[in-house]
Amino acid sequence: MSYSITEPSSRQKWVAGTLVITYAIITMIPLLWIMMTSFKTPPDSISYPPKVFYEPSLEGYVNLFTTRTRVSPEKLASLPPPENFAEEIVRNRDMVIAGPSKFGGRFLNSVIIGFGSTFLSIFLGTLAAYAFSRFKIPFADDLLFFILSTRMMPPIAVAIPIFLMYRQLGLSDTHLGMILLYTAVNISLAVWLLKGFIDEIPREYEEAALIDGYTRFQAFYKVVLPQAATGIASTAIFCLIFAWNEYAFAVLLTSGTAQTAPPFIPTIIGVGGLDWPAIAAGATLFLLPVMIFTVMLRKHLLRGITFGAVRK
Amino acid sequence: MAEVILEQLCKSFGREQAVIDMSMKIDNGSFVVLLGPTGAGKTTTLRLISGLETLDSGTVRIDGRVVNTETPAQRDVAMVFQQYSLYPHLTVRNNLAFPLRSPILKTPKAEIDRKVAEVAGILHISNKLDNRATELSGGEMQRVSIGRALVRDPAIFLMDEPLSSLDARLRADLRIELKRIQSELGSTLLYVTHDQIEAMTMATHVGVLQDGKLVQFGTPREIYENPGSIYVAGRLGLPRINILPADLFSSTRGRAANIGLRPEHVEYGTGQEASVKRVEHLGDQTRLHLDLKGHAITVLSPHGNPYAAGTTVKIQPVNPLCFDESGNRITETNP
Ligand SMILES: Nc1ncnc2c1ncn2[C@@H]1O[C@H](COP(=O)(O)OP(=O)(O)OP(=O)(O)O)[C@@H](O)[C@H]1O
Ligand SMILES: [Mg+2]
Repeated sequence: MSYSITEPSSRQKWVAGTLVITYAIITMIPLLWIMMTSFKTPPDSISYPPKVFYEPSLEGYVNLFTTRTRVSPEKLASLPPPENFAEEIVRNRDMVIAGPSKFGGRFLNSVIIGFGSTFLSIFLGTLAAYAFSRFKIPFADDLLFFILSTRMMPPIAVAIPIFLMYRQLGLSDTHLGMILLYTAVNISLAVWLLKGFIDEIPREYEEAALIDGYTRFQAFYKVVLPQAATGIASTAIFCLIFAWNEYAFAVLLTSGTAQTAPPFIPTIIGVGGLDWPAIAAGATLFLLPVMIFTVMLRKHLLRGITFGAVRK
Repeated sequence: MAEVILEQLCKSFGREQAVIDMSMKIDNGSFVVLLGPTGAGKTTTLRLISGLETLDSGTVRIDGRVVNTETPAQRDVAMVFQQYSLYPHLTVRNNLAFPLRSPILKTPKAEIDRKVAEVAGILHISNKLDNRATELSGGEMQRVSIGRALVRDPAIFLMDEPLSSLDARLRADLRIELKRIQSELGSTLLYVTHDQIEAMTMATHVGVLQDGKLVQFGTPREIYENPGSIYVAGRLGLPRINILPADLFSSTRGRAANIGLRPEHVEYGTGQEASVKRVEHLGDQTRLHLDLKGHAITVLSPHGNPYAAGTTVKIQPVNPLCFDESGNRITETNP
């Protein structure tokens, strides 16, 4: 048998695998519980002892996306037969659908603001990081320190001035306002992380491209960017997770048109008691975009997490 | 293909002067080899010509035009880097095609395919074209990096030790190929190497650098037979030239302080007695390491090596090179 000293033995791999999977399952339990709850009926969701096996139902999702009103049994009997599964679920509770809820709009706001600010942070961060990494900039170290210093206190500490400024500037409760705010918070992280990644890309590659007949910008675009993909992907995930999950500013600065999902989800309260399946459904859907984004960039992220320590 | 003229180039990095007052004329179609120990400024010279480094003072002319303010792309030079910097995210094929696809060349696709296949054939990497650049051995990377220059037809090729990490056989093959391509296309080439054979066989001219200065420029034969100083004499010749005090042998003359003894300057059987310390059989030649009054001398043994370690041999210099105290050459016409 051939074996390599750097490659762990199959038993070591087996032990490591078991540990990792066990740990993953334990940390996943709360998430799984939320997802399971989202497919329960309201009575199942609060039954005691908790139900692990149950008849799945889409009631939570229907309640999440609709507003409903209670009607009298006579009225219910006089209605034409239900047109779709949602109507059917609602009528079983002696109610009819009155209209769509605000969840769709709030979710869309989260998508616009989360991805918008991530894109802007990465775009500006990459250009700034490249400049810091490659050009002789006067006071570069001081500037970098200044950029980092914006993160030396929790951003919410300046919530009141921002609130007042935003009201003055008409940015309160606007998509643009939230995108700018999250970008401002994220950009220092983006510049620092990306500078580290770009520093690790040897200059010779760009120099070769310059000699091969490309301009500096083309060299940046064709040679540096593809190699910084790892760093850009992992930075983008960090930025998105912050913007996506941000709660305090969202509560403070948005209430209507630009309200994001995090402040909205807790307000989903059912008629007569907390509607846990609807809240769980909201939380589950809320998790999905970040999960999909992370899975899409997983290949890059796995390398990125080691912060460029891997062989090029 | 172009003539390149360097006029009094100077470049320093902080207090370190990397290139000092360098002037050189690289004729159209010539193959110029730069020799010098590590840190002599060879790479810096190439980078100044290519425009990757800005000049402190001096002028670079390519084809008569002053290119000091031009970008590397505008200068139309091709360069093989000392650390072969292939684009790691591209395949070998795309690495080779990269210069051809530049906005300056904008080569048609069919032409790109033809060029890439041709160059890959010359460099024996046709079977690796679809590998990622990172999935190659060091020698293969180096060949791809040469290929990335060869697909072009630039004003001048700049090559920084392009054959250094190849095995002896491949190096010999590529040496001949490079020379053939250069003379067929009539390209102008500036080439850095530490390899004696490359310098002697490929160069039309050799420039010897010492601490950032060009100390001698001439044909390989001139540099070998007529070095201007001990330093230059030491750059070519295997085994290296032996530098000995002039009074070691009685037959010395004039103000020479040292004599330089290449193996061919030694006659056996007469003169001073030296003891044979070690005998090295290199296959095609046999080297004798001698000791003469405490001075180590390395020479080539005559055919059929009659000497063994521990014996003594008489040697006598024949027309050695003479140098004064500061290491400069003293020629016979000017004793
Ligand atoms: N970017 C730089 N910053 C500071 N000093 C440099 C830089 N590039 C080169 N030097 C210095 O300039 C001098 C010449 O370097 P250069 O790279 O031209 O040497 P070289 O002749 O190519 O050596 P080698 O045979 O080792 O490649 C060296 O002393 C080196 O330390
Ligand atoms: Mg060098």
